[in-house]
Amino acid sequence: MAEFWSGYALPGAIIVAQILVIIVPLLGAVAYLTLAERKVIAAIQLRKGPNVVGPFGLLQPIADGVKLLLKETVIPSGANPVVFVIAPMLTFMLSLIAWAAIPFDLGLVLADINVGILYLFAISSLGVYGIIMAGWASNSKYAFLGALRSAAQMVSYEVSIGFVIITVLLCVGSLNLTEIVLAQENMWFFIPLFPMFIIFFVSGLAETNRSPFDLPEGESEIVAGYFVEYSSMSFALFFLGEYANMILVSAMTSVLFLGGWLPPFDVAPFTWIPGPIWFAGKIGLCLFVFLWVRATMPRYRYDQLMRLGWKVFLPFSLFWVVLTAGVLMATGWVPR
Amino acid sequence: MIIQALAFYLFAAVMVAAAAMVISARNPVHSVLFLILAFFNAAGLFVLMGAEFLAMILVVVYVGAVAVLFLFVVMMLDVDFAALRQGFLRYLPVGGAIGLILLAELVLVVGAWVASPEAAVGPIVPIPDPARVTNTHALGRILYTRYVFVFQGAGLVLLVAMIGAIVLTLRERVGVRRQVVADQIRRTRAESVELVDAPKRGGV
Repeated sequence: MAEFWSGYALPGAIIVAQILVIIVPLLGAVAYLTLAERKVIAAIQLRKGPNVVGPFGLLQPIADGVKLLLKETVIPSGANPVVFVIAPMLTFMLSLIAWAAIPFDLGLVLADINVGILYLFAISSLGVYGIIMAGWASNSKYAFLGALRSAAQMVSYEVSIGFVIITVLLCVGSLNLTEIVLAQENMWFFIPLFPMFIIFFVSGLAETNRSPFDLPEGESEIVAGYFVEYSSMSFALFFLGEYANMILVSAMTSVLFLGGWLPPFDVAPFTWIPGPIWFAGKIGLCLFVFLWVRATMPRYRYDQLMRLGWKVFLPFSLFWVVLTAGVLMATGWVPR
Repeated sequence: MIIQALAFYLFAAVMVAAAAMVISARNPVHSVLFLILAFFNAAGLFVLMGAEFLAMILVVVYVGAVAVLFLFVVMMLDVDFAALRQGFLRYLPVGGAIGLILLAELVLVVGAWVASPEAAVGPIVPIPDPARVTNTHALGRILYTRYVFVFQGAGLVLLVAMIGAIVLTLRERVGVRRQVVADQIRRTRAESVELVDAPKRGGV
């Protein structure tokens, strides 16, 4: 019995506690990201944004959450009920489990797996299933069109994300996220790999279905896309999943290109601030650009979106992989 | 150990159940979804064996890309379920024979490996110590040295398949006005705007 407590129950409880320590602040961040989005866009458009619920509208996310909780969940009569219910749960779950591999500081990571970046890539490529399943199970033409658009879009941009990741891996020599950050101690990768940084960020916008690539939910053509038929908490799960994915892509950008938890300069005033705060700051910066882009750019047309993915990003990132490999081999900078 | 054993049986049981559902589900979309579940559990089994790279590649390639396209096609198809069921008994002998051959081959491979592990592993490069060399490095070392030509050959086969698919589906349509972004960017004010002094009541 003692062996059971020390061998299984205690480690299990510790892991559950660690998961909660990651997920609870994450959900808080997701809730306040929705408020930040409205505030930032309002500021860009010279409006005030939500300012009634609580001081500066700070309680707005809570009010929104309570409202969604209290609404009725409607399952359309023609829908496929099982798939219809699973789809939002899948989307939300996938946006959370990716955080297991993200390092917040040296050694401050839930699962320090050897293939961390591949794990993130795999999880983010699964995000499309929630959307396809939702679109198909809704048994509605708008939802189905949105799901098809989304599937094609995410598969297209994943390819260039894969090449960007390969470029970074060539410079690091490891798939482990902690080692990717440590390899940037002297120079963050966004300086030598600047074009890849841009491609990764733009592909991240497309991968999370954010503006200007938000065709899957293009409200002017297909109402709201794949989640037209969803209501109440099932809708909220999609919404939360989308915002958690935004934070995840920002975290991936920070880890791959902006030096993760590392301070910009390794000297006194910068090193006083602990790593997780630097990391959060970098994520916040990326998120701000996400919102800024949304307030600035018009939506892409669908054929332009596909053109950008396949005819611009894919050849360019492929070229850059070859170039990076060539430079590394020619100069003998190949890691290990 | 007991946790690992439990995890193994969980993954294996769900995988076998999902595989059975793939061929018995009435709705083809459900079949594909069960196929994805089976892939997932296979990835879980790989992780349990310490083959983390293979597990992730399985998820990225099969679940993230191949099965998405599968699902895409199956959803768009207008499948007549009754017609699908009709030929079941006629095709049963052929399908059963293929299944039996596969089973026999698997038994041969696994049986030889169980009977004499040294004989099966002998001629191949020794397996590196997983504590010192990561999966990815070990695979890369063997794939790009010993099997480099086979690897390149596999790539070539895939390239041929890709070109074949393009050749089969490409159609040249006449009279389609495509957007040429370069032309649009190259346009200047001088060549696209003309100021005309129109006489009053005369028009241009």
